[in-house]
Amino acid sequence: MTSELIVFLVLSLVAIASALGMLFSRNTIYSALFLVLNFITVAVFYLMLGAPFIAMSQITVYAGAIMVLFLFVIMLLGAEQMTAPDALSWQKPLAFLLALTLTVESVYLIFARAKLDTVITAPDAATNSMENLREMAMTLFDKFLLPFEVTSILLLVAMVGAIVLAKKEKGARAKTSNS
Amino acid sequence: MDWTFWLEWVIKGLVLCLILLVGFAYLTWYERRALARIQVRVGPNRAGYQGLLQPIADAVKLIFKEELTPSRVYKVAFLLAPVLTVVPSLILAAVIPLGTSFNLFGRTITLYVANLNVGVLYLTSIASIAVYGIVLAGWSSNNKYAMLGGVRATAQMISYELSLGLCFAIAVVMGNSMNLNEIVTAQKDMWFAVIQPVGAFIFLIVTLAEVNRAPFDMPEAEQELTAGYHSEYSGMKFALFFMAEYQKMIVISMIAATLFFGGYREIWFLKDTFLSVDRAWFLGPIYLLLKVIVLLFGMIWIRATWPRIRYDRLMSFGWKVLLPLSFVTAFITATGILLAQEFDNQLYLYAIPALSIISALIAVVFIYRDLRRKSHGRI
Repeated sequence: MTSELIVFLVLSLVAIASALGMLFSRNTIYSALFLVLNFITVAVFYLMLGAPFIAMSQITVYAGAIMVLFLFVIMLLGAEQMTAPDALSWQKPLAFLLALTLTVESVYLIFARAKLDTVITAPDAATNSMENLREMAMTLFDKFLLPFEVTSILLLVAMVGAIVLAKKEKGARAKTSNS
Repeated sequence: MDWTFWLEWVIKGLVLCLILLVGFAYLTWYERRALARIQVRVGPNRAGYQGLLQPIADAVKLIFKEELTPSRVYKVAFLLAPVLTVVPSLILAAVIPLGTSFNLFGRTITLYVANLNVGVLYLTSIASIAVYGIVLAGWSSNNKYAMLGGVRATAQMISYELSLGLCFAIAVVMGNSMNLNEIVTAQKDMWFAVIQPVGAFIFLIVTLAEVNRAPFDMPEAEQELTAGYHSEYSGMKFALFFMAEYQKMIVISMIAATLFFGGYREIWFLKDTFLSVDRAWFLGPIYLLLKVIVLLFGMIWIRATWPRIRYDRLMSFGWKVLLPLSFVTAFITATGILLAQEFDNQLYLYAIPALSIISALIAVVFIYRDLRRKSHGRI
């Protein structure tokens, strides 16, 4: 248990540090890389909780696919260097206020809930994860079939929408290609 | 969890790294010799017998080369990029079983580093992370050619990753497990490449694109981009990119062998003879090595004979041909296995190769007609 605690503490340090680094680095590429590091530490947290499937999906989907697209867009637009924001300066205090409220609320809720005996137990380690996987698939396609299908249709709609938008932009760019 | 357990782990990890490093060194020699033979040349044969010491000479040369860091690069990313490229190619091999197990000093030593239950997912996640090194190298070099190479590599790798994932899914469905060991064991009676030849074929094509090999080596197209994403790298840093590429070739051949060509197991009709790995454990790594050498020769052969695909064709080949085809093959495989289970009739399994070959032929016909129409339309 103690070794797990040490791993947890180190990991949480890494997670917090990478999140802060993401927020405060001036270069968007480094921001994106810090975010990748953060995603990977979160994946390791999932591993510690005995959910290897979620951990690997987290790395594949977030750290792999999505962040690569982010980097791609940042590089293509050449938006590495952030300019000082001036037009939206009134947002800063508001953002701090809202973030503070959210933090206070969530901390309060966590402590209020902690009094109740709702201890979340991790499923049985990584040893029988294939069984977990089967169970997960069964629940997903059995009990929650409708939400699952609705989600997939939602994703499909989003994809079609993205393609339509991209197509329009292509036509518009062709007109003003010399700008 | 005693100390011998940790010792075994460390030794196995070190041995795996050594195998990959030596494999990298001799793969360069193998490729140069094989390419030379195909092009009716001799190839490097001066250092040692048949040029066997050539990789060592190359390594010494690369170590003593001057290392140049251009002044306008993004330093941190520039230094990080080669490392981020090499590490995934090394740790990718950790879940691949090299053989069964043997007894040593009263302990059962298994011939794999990690027996992960989500092994296939591990492969996909590490493969998806492997892009970062190349992207960063291209961007941090602050050079237009390198940048274009990096962007091309990213676009290509994330496009072909989808088909790669579907091929993994085909193997998972056939092996009824995500554990690579169990997938290999499931191929005792029949290789998956025989049940699903189209899936194996797509996998081999996609892996070529994933490791940026010819004919998909657009990121390093010399005529257009000098050397692509590693234009600005020299000395040992360049050697790391070089190493990563060849190690990826080896590892991806190992994965292909594991998923579709029986892994460390013998050919299925030898399964009860004395050549079976169940009788002699040491045959496991040898079989895997033989399969990897054959698959690597395929890659070298393709490089020697095929020209590069044009970049737009490469993208449309990935998205419009390989992706639908791998969807179809995955669907056929899953349906065939489900029907065979439901009706307890093995005949449905024979429908899988037949139907998938038919769909592949349809795809080939479509490509042919499309290309012919385009070539007639242009002239």
